[in-house]
Amino acid sequence: MINGIELLVDGASYLGAGLCIGFGAIGAAVGEGYAAGRANQAASRLPERSGEIIKNMLIGQAVAESAGIFALVIAMLLMFMSFPEGAMSAVSLIAAGLCMGLGAIGSGIGSGFPAGAACEGMARQPSVMGQLTTNMLIGSAVCQTPAIFAMVVSFMLMFIQFGDRAVNPNVAAIMGAGLSTGLAAIGSGLGGGMAAGGSCQAIARQPLAFSRVTTTMLVGQAVSQTPAIFGLLISFVLMFKIFPPSAGIITATALLSAGLCMGLGGIGPGLGNGLAAVDAVIWVGRNEEAAGSLTRTMLVGQAVSQSTAIYAMVVSLVLIFVI
Amino acid sequence: MEIAGADLVRAAALLGAGVAMGFGAIGPGVGEGYAAGQACSAIGRNPREAGLLTRTMLVGQAVSESTGIYSLVVALLLIFVV
Repeated sequence: MINGIELLVDGASYLGAGLCIGFGAIGAAVGEGYAAGRANQAASRLPERSGEIIKNMLIGQAVAESAGIFALVIAMLLMFMSFPEGAMSAVSLIAAGLCMGLGAIGSGIGSGFPAGAACEGMARQPSVMGQLTTNMLIGSAVCQTPAIFAMVVSFMLMFIQFGDRAVNPNVAAIMGAGLSTGLAAIGSGLGGGMAAGGSCQAIARQPLAFSRVTTTMLVGQAVSQTPAIFGLLISFVLMFKIFPPSAGIITATALLSAGLCMGLGGIGPGLGNGLAAVDAVIWVGRNEEAAGSLTRTMLVGQAVSQSTAIYAMVVSLVLIFVI
Repeated sequence: MEIAGADLVRAAALLGAGVAMGFGAIGPGVGEGYAAGQACSAIGRNPREAGLLTRTMLVGQAVSESTGIYSLVVALLLIFVV
């Protein structure tokens, strides 16, 4: 019915490249635009120091851009490299593109928050411009971690030889692996970015609280990254477990569903953990003596908001190992 | 229906081009719009600095545009080159 089926891999790589840059371009652009907007508000408050504010905006935007650059690199590799033949290879290339594309969204938007907050903070408190830039860079760097997870899984999907596995369930496992990390990285990127933005806000208000605020931010961001780590775990299970051949669609559907489950299930908790962290960080800055109580409450709250990500992971593992 | 493999590849490339530019247009649209809105509110607060604020807005929007340009380049490559 289809002549020249061996060219399927080429077609899949082009589709994967399109998906990769298509989704990947969203996050960085939104984050950078947000940073530009806040920077402009800051410049209107303090026009005399607008040069430094704009410089800070550009630095923060550059970090946000990195998620978009990862997506561009993967897209270019997908378009111009040659890959082995076969249906497994074709699906793994589409999955690789989806994974990196989706994974770049959260980190791109998230890195815009500290950039914007740092610029606003500079207008508020010009004497601590250096500290604000430092904190912005620390927070943004942690915020990029989910995009890096997505890039790692993308590379694995592109370069691991899946060809010798049975097509029937393993093709769905590979697609599930791409979706799992790609989607879960959205929430973690956003959440980590919100926490970083809160820390820049807090330092502008209370520069002396710098170290406490940074510590709370890092703790909050660490918890925010956990859904992306769950997604990464499920991706590894789906990629490295070789599933025995099966007839029919049940096992394949279960594996695809496992990937979707963990991926989608990571979005909300990642975002929610960030929402918990941002206010905790801001109030640690405002009320340093309450830092212990605030951190404890943040962690308890984040543990509860993490619960549905754990349910999603349990359901994913059940779908992989029990069905 | 007979589908030639080469046709399928071309079809996939065209679909990829559409997806690349289609989704890729979302981000710059949202980001640049937000920047523009904030610029207007900033000028409302401080109309004397309108020149500086407009220039800042354009610089920020240009950076935000960059990933949209990447999408455009990939889409054009997929249509005309590969």
